[in-house]
Order: sequence, then structure tokens, then C-alpha cells
Amino acid sequence: MDILSAFAPELALFLGGLTLLALDMAWRRAEERKEAVILSLAVAFTALSFLLLLLFGKVSASPLFGMLASDRFALFFKGLVLVGTGLVLLSSYRYLEGHTPYRGEFYAFFLLVTLAILLVVGSVNLLMLYLAFEFLSLTSYILVGYLREEGKSSEAAIKYFLYGITASALMLYGMSLLYGVTGTLYLTEIGPALKKSEVGGWLAFPAMILLLAGFGFKIALVPFHQWSPDTYEGAPTPVTAFLSVGPKAAGLAVLMRVFITALADFQPDWTALLAGISMVTMTLGNLIALRQENIKRMMAYSSIAHAGYILMGIVCMVSGVASNFTGLNGVLIYLMAYLFTNLGAFAVVIAVERAIGSNRIADYAGLIKRDPLLAGAMIIFLLSLIGIPGTGGFVGKFFVFGAAIQMQFYILALVGIINSVISAFYYLNVVKQMFFRPGDESPISVSSSLRWAVVVSLVMVFIIGLYPHPFISVGTEAVHILGSALF
Amino acid sequence: MEFPILSAITFIPALGALIILFFPKERVNLIRWFAIAVSLIPLALSTYLWIAYNQSEGGIQFVERYRWIPAINVWYHVGVDGISVPMLFLTSLLSTLGYFYSAYTIHERVKEYYFLFLLLQTGMNGVFVALDFVLFYVFWEIGLVPMYLLIGVWGGKYREYAAIKFFLYTLAGSVFMLLAILGIYFTTGSFDILKAAEVHPFADNFTLASLAFWAFFVAFAIKVPSFPFHTWLPDAHTEAPTAGSVILAGILLKLGCYGLLRIVLPIFPEPFRFYAPIVAILGLISIVYGAFVCMAQWDLKRLIAYSSVAHMGYVVLGIAAAAASLNFNHPSFKESAAIALNGATMQMFNHGIITGGLFFLVGMIYERAHTRDLQVFGGLGAKLPYYYAVVMITGLASLGLPGLAGFWGEFLVFRGAFHIIPYIAAFGVIGVVATAGYILWKVVQFMFLGPFNEEKWGYLTDMEAFEKVTMWPLLLFMVGFGLYPAPLLNIINTATTALMGKL
Repeated sequence: MDILSAFAPELALFLGGLTLLALDMAWRRAEERKEAVILSLAVAFTALSFLLLLLFGKVSASPLFGMLASDRFALFFKGLVLVGTGLVLLSSYRYLEGHTPYRGEFYAFFLLVTLAILLVVGSVNLLMLYLAFEFLSLTSYILVGYLREEGKSSEAAIKYFLYGITASALMLYGMSLLYGVTGTLYLTEIGPALKKSEVGGWLAFPAMILLLAGFGFKIALVPFHQWSPDTYEGAPTPVTAFLSVGPKAAGLAVLMRVFITALADFQPDWTALLAGISMVTMTLGNLIALRQENIKRMMAYSSIAHAGYILMGIVCMVSGVASNFTGLNGVLIYLMAYLFTNLGAFAVVIAVERAIGSNRIADYAGLIKRDPLLAGAMIIFLLSLIGIPGTGGFVGKFFVFGAAIQMQFYILALVGIINSVISAFYYLNVVKQMFFRPGDESPISVSSSLRWAVVVSLVMVFIIGLYPHPFISVGTEAVHILGSALF
Repeated sequence: MEFPILSAITFIPALGALIILFFPKERVNLIRWFAIAVSLIPLALSTYLWIAYNQSEGGIQFVERYRWIPAINVWYHVGVDGISVPMLFLTSLLSTLGYFYSAYTIHERVKEYYFLFLLLQTGMNGVFVALDFVLFYVFWEIGLVPMYLLIGVWGGKYREYAAIKFFLYTLAGSVFMLLAILGIYFTTGSFDILKAAEVHPFADNFTLASLAFWAFFVAFAIKVPSFPFHTWLPDAHTEAPTAGSVILAGILLKLGCYGLLRIVLPIFPEPFRFYAPIVAILGLISIVYGAFVCMAQWDLKRLIAYSSVAHMGYVVLGIAAAAASLNFNHPSFKESAAIALNGATMQMFNHGIITGGLFFLVGMIYERAHTRDLQVFGGLGAKLPYYYAVVMITGLASLGLPGLAGFWGEFLVFRGAFHIIPYIAAFGVIGVVATAGYILWKVVQFMFLGPFNEEKWGYLTDMEAFEKVTMWPLLLFMVGFGLYPAPLLNIINTATTALMGKL
């Protein structure tokens, strides 16, 4: 019973998803009230799930059926993703209006994709991991292509799907290699078995690269990133917002868990590999982002770049006895700050898109006069993305760069720093439009739930930026279990 | 508990900014006078601070220290010494005058304008009081954003270009500083600036020490700005609104100099001693090159902007001379170094007063004539006698005429530097001559002397009451500290002698 209650949040989401689907089918007439009711229920179930996580989310010693762990690391990611889903749901109210008549099941799928992430981050068994990963992929494909009457949305879904199944197949291949060599699916047993096995030494590396294709796809690491700009641009904007944090966090969680628990002995190999990927990812993401004229595409490339910075935390991980810069906690702290920053920025994008029907950066001209709150919040989110102190984004960067300096990976830190400066250029381009350029001055209407999403994100960006202590503690404790597996 | 005077000076402007957010934007006069009223509080407090600072005791005073981020040993740690106190006063004074002047000249987006300006003031004050590296860095970067927006929204024709250039240059400099700060943390285990000055991190590893030294130096040299990192400055100064230029020249440039004095010299004396000739030559180039570039300018504001490069060169030269003195093991060199540092710090304060004033004066003529082209003026002296007189005094103070404030900084820098780095100092004197050249020839002659174009400039009026009120305090300090520099020099001297004593 105890172990089941540890998974109460998942059950709540599961029941919520089914309830919403049933309700959507039973309630035939598509009308505004229906959407409001279903959305409220979706938010309520997400909140319930989060509440259950806080109440019952205890660290249990043994994984459920040996498959799903409920450790601090998993709890952290579950909490993070539930908060993210809540914010996305708040900002998606009435987004679908005028896009599609099928507006009920959209929110049900949001609950299911969240459930999938909850399962992914707890998986400690390759089979469970693969199933959860596929569940996550399938639900995301549906959400991306949800506006099926619109060509761009369908194109986005097709592209995401094709890249996705390829990445999954590669990942499965990697898993089968590991299983073939070690004869076990349990992550904790793979490490010792690899050590004993004669062929383990030279099969582990290809397996590692194949696994990385799967994980890297979700995180949008270069060179597994090609899907992301088109998918980000074509998907319904709330889905884009979700993609930029939810699956990304899931991918990073499994990357850390699998590499650190199962492939610990090959740390020098994957450290070098990830260091290279990190540098290429941030540089390429930032350089291409410079040239984007559509804000969703720009955010897609910027999100690729951020994945590069985050990866620095894994590359530079240290045992962390002497200091609190363990690298791994940097990843988590960065993710927390990034979640609120990015979802806040996307909430503004959604608001502008709903009001003026455009995602061109040039159409942000004069936003400060149309809606000072949105423009004011947006500049804070952009400054946080640059990493200006006082915002959460700075704290995240501080911890990953700190880890790099501590490990004396100066080149990596230098590349990261130079990239931050490059990124300032395109983020400030949006500020330039909003504040410096004259534009239409008519006020725009924004739903109150979306305003709440913006305000909550804004407040959290400042809290993490100005009083980061509790967030540092949470992040540091959450990675402790991984750290102890390795050192 | 004592009254937290430094936190009050630092955060009252930000508090005022937050309150302004709740004012309706149509009530422009309320916003203007509220901002001015708010800024009078830090002005009063920093005046009090100057009087209350115990000069016989010296050292860091009015310390406040609270845990901020215990997980990584970051403290909210503020305090002031004889260098910070005049700088805080300067910031408060120029900010108040800037708000006052803007009340009459800024008519667009007034609410945003004052909000950003007050925020900027908090950022600048914070840098002068912070004694923890993270706190220092936070304030350092926070000031960047309001200035970027002030230039970009209220600036001149090429404001977008100037704003982004300013932002990227400063950001690029400071991010390297961030890496060096982290490096210091991992060697000393704390972010405490004073502790780092005692421990001298990387003392056993010259390569790392050099890297950290240059990381800090470049960050500060960009802000100073020293040749060859100065190219953002003419653009930013020329495009910024008048009060923005005043703050840029008056205070933001001092942040860089202050960083050299507070961080680079005390924490990295060894690499600084080694690289002092390079730094001194950069200072020399700034002085001479800056002055000659001024000669070639026809845009009055650009001319004043480049003159800042030259004047800040004296500061860099003074500090480099102090670092170079560590090469010589004789008490007389320590003494000369302290004199050079006194000169550098006085130059920081006086340049704020003088060039701040010059930028106000440029703004005043531009408001009337809508041009800053020196070639189209001439003979204004008879038409605008009051303005002419004020420009003369300020200009003469700028070229370092004895009896006016500008003299002391240059004089003491040269007095110190001649003993330590005589050849470099000797070349520096060229700059002094050139300064006289461009102030008298370019500014005074082209604007005020010669024939007057009655047809074109007949409508010009002399200074109005609010413009006079803006200039009076500055003139008072120019003449006051020119004739009797002791109050300024004494308090600075407590800090510089202590600084040299520890190296």
C-alpha cells in the first residue's frame, strides 16, 4: 500500500486523463463553457497530482516491481513537470478558439503526456524506460499535430514523428546491446555486469552513443535537434511551450540516471563526448537563433542553446564534498529557473499571438504601449534567458559555470560565456521591438488565466534570482542519490 | 541595531521606482517631483555619511553583513571606505540633478523614464558599497539594463545601435569577470572581497593569477573605458538623453575605475606589478589619443565624450603607477604611489562633477538650437552671456586650470607618476596641452567668439532658471574643491594610504 501511495500522483493524472476524455465524448455540443469546464478540471487534476506528490511523495527504498523508483531525483522532476503543466494549461485557455472545433480532448492529452514524463523520470529498468519514453513520444506527436486543418501543424507532427521513431529505434538498439552484454534490464545491475563482461568494454561505447540518440532527441541536442525549429513553429504554441521544458527535462533526467548509474565506469568516455556536444549545441543554437524572424523559431534555437549550457553541469560533475557546485545540482537548478523563464516567455508569445495573430518578432513593435505588463514581464524573462543577475537564469548559469571552473574546464566555460554574450544580441532584438520601435498602440485583450501564468512565472523568476537558497538545497539533495551511485 | 545607512542609500531609489509603478502614467508632474523627492533622501544620507565617516580610524566602516545564500557562502556584505564615500555622494548628487533637469526636458514616457533611472541609481550605489563578489556582480550587471533602455528609448538618431553596442560591450567584459570571481571562490572558499585582498588568490600560480587579473582588468577597462576598449563610449554618450550622458560620464565610468581600485590592485598586486607598464601605456594612449581625437570632432557632444576617454586615462595612469611602484623597494615610492592614487580618485570625483556639467551644458544648447555642430555656431558669447560664463568655468575646470577642481586630480597623478614611471608620465603631459587646445579652440572659439549669425540664432535665449539651478551645485564644487580640496583629499587619503600599506 505504501509503495502504491508513492505513485498516487501518476494515478491522479491517469484518472484525470480518462475522465476528461469521457467527459469530452459525453458532452457533445462544443461550446465555450465546455472548454472552460474541461480546462478547469485539467488544472484541478494537475494540482491534485502535485498535492499528492507533496503529501505522499516519500522516498521509498525499493522501486515498484523493480521498475519505477520513487527517489528524490524522480520526485524533483515530477514536481517540476507538474508545475510546468499547470502553467501551460493556464496559458492555453481559449488558445484553440478559431483554430479547431475539437477543444476538449486537447487537455486530456496534456494530462497524459505529463503522466508519461512522470513515468520516464522514475524508470530504473530499460524496458519500463522504453515504454514510458514511447508513451511520451506518442502523446507529444498528437499534441503537436493537434491543429490538423493547419498545414504547418501537420508538417510539424510528421517531422517530429519521423525523427522521433528513428531516434527511438536507435535507442532501442542501444538498450538491446546493453541487455545482450549484461543479461539484465535493471539499471543498477547493468554497471557491475558490464565490468565483469569481456565484451562490455568495447560494446558499451556504441550502446552509449545509440542511447544518446534517443535522449538527445528529446533534449534537442545537436546533432539530434533538426526537428525542433519546424516542430516548435508549427505546433500549437502551448504545446511548443510544453515541449521546451517537459520532454527536455525528461530527457535530461534519464540521461543522467542511465549514464551515471549504468555507465559509471565509462565516465571519461561520455564526459568527453558530452563536452563536445555541449559546446557544439550551444554555439550552433545561438548562431542560428541570431537570424530568426519568427519568435517561436527563435525560441526553438535558443532552447537548443540552453540544452548546451545545461549539459555543462553533467560534464563537470564532481563528488561535491568540498563545495556545493556539484555540476549535477547545477543541471537541476538551471532547469527550475529555465522552466519558469521559458514558460513565462511563451505565455507572452501566446498572448501576443492570440491578440494580433502573428509570431513575427517585428510585430512585437510597441508592445510596451499596448500592454505594459506583458512587455515588462517579457523583458525580465529575456534577461533571465541571457543570465542577468537578479533573475533565476543567472543562478542557473552561475552553478553550471561554477562547476566548469571548479573542474578547471576553462575552455568549456569560455565557450559558454561567449555564447551568453551572443545570445544577448537576439534576445535584446525582441526588447528593441517591444520598447524602442513605434507600433500599433491599441490595447490587447488577454485572458485572466494567462495573466496569472505570466505573473506566477515572473514572481518565481525573481524569487529564484534573489533568494535562491531553498532551490539550491532542493536541487542539491535531489542529485545526491546519483552522486552516491558514482562516487 | 544601528540604522542601516548604506542599505538605505542603495535601496531607497529602487523602492521609489517600485512606488512609481503604481502611479497613473498621466500624472507626469507627480511622478517627476516624487522621483526628485525620493532622490533627496540618499543625497542627504550620503552627505551625512561623508561627515560621519571616521577619518582618523579609516578602513571599512558602516558595515552590514547578513547571510544571503548560505549554500555557497554568499553574504549580503556592504561597507564603505574613503574611496566609496565620495563616490556615493557623487552618485546621489548627479542623480538628483539629472532628475531635476529631466523634469523640464523629458516629456515622453515619463513614468518609465523615472522608473529606470531610479533603478539605475540603486545599481550604481550598490557597486560602491558591495564587499561580496556576488553582490558586487549583481549590482554591476543590474545597472546595465536601465541604461540600455534609457539610451534606446530616449536617445538620439542612432540610439538602437548605440544601446546594443553599450550592452554587448559591457556584458562581454563582465562575463569574464564572473569566471574570475568563481576562480577566486574555489581558491579562497568565499566570495568576500576583503578576504580575497588579504589572501591574494593564485599567489602561487602566476599563469592563473594573470588570467584572473586580465579577466577583471578587461571588465573594468571596458567600463572606464580605456583604449582600446573605448569605442562603445562615443556612441553611447552621443545618443543618450542628456541626463543619461551625465550619469554615464559622471558615474558609470567611475564604476570601472572603482573596480580597479577596490578589486584589481588589492587582490592581484603581483600580476598588476608585472603588467603595470602595459596598463600605464594604455592609460597614456587614452590620454593622448583621446585628446587628439577631441581636436578633430565637430559634434560638441562627441567631443565631450572623447574627452572622457582622455580624462579617464589619467585615472588608469595613476593606478598603473601605483602598481608599478611595487617594483621598487623604497618608502618614497610607496608615498608617490599613494599620491598617484589620491590623484586618480580625485580625478574620478572631479571628472564626474565637471564632465557631468559639460553634458548638461551640451543638452541645454541642443534643446535650443537642435544641433550640436560646432561649425554652425559662433559669437554666442554676446547673446548668451550667462551660458558663456558657465561654459567657460566648466571648460577651464576640465582642462585642469589651477584653482578649479580638475587641476588636483591631474596634478597629483603626475606628481605620483613622475617619480615611478617618469617617461610615460612625461608623454602624458602632451595630453594636458591638447586638452587646453580643444577646450579653448574648439569649444570656446567656435561657439562663443567670432561673428554672430543673427538671422539664424537670433531666437536663442540665455539659461533659464531650472538650468541655472542644475548647474549651481556643480559650479560650487568645481570652485570649492578647486580652491580648498582638503575635505575631498583627506578622506580619499585615508583609503589610499591604507591600500598601499597592505601591498
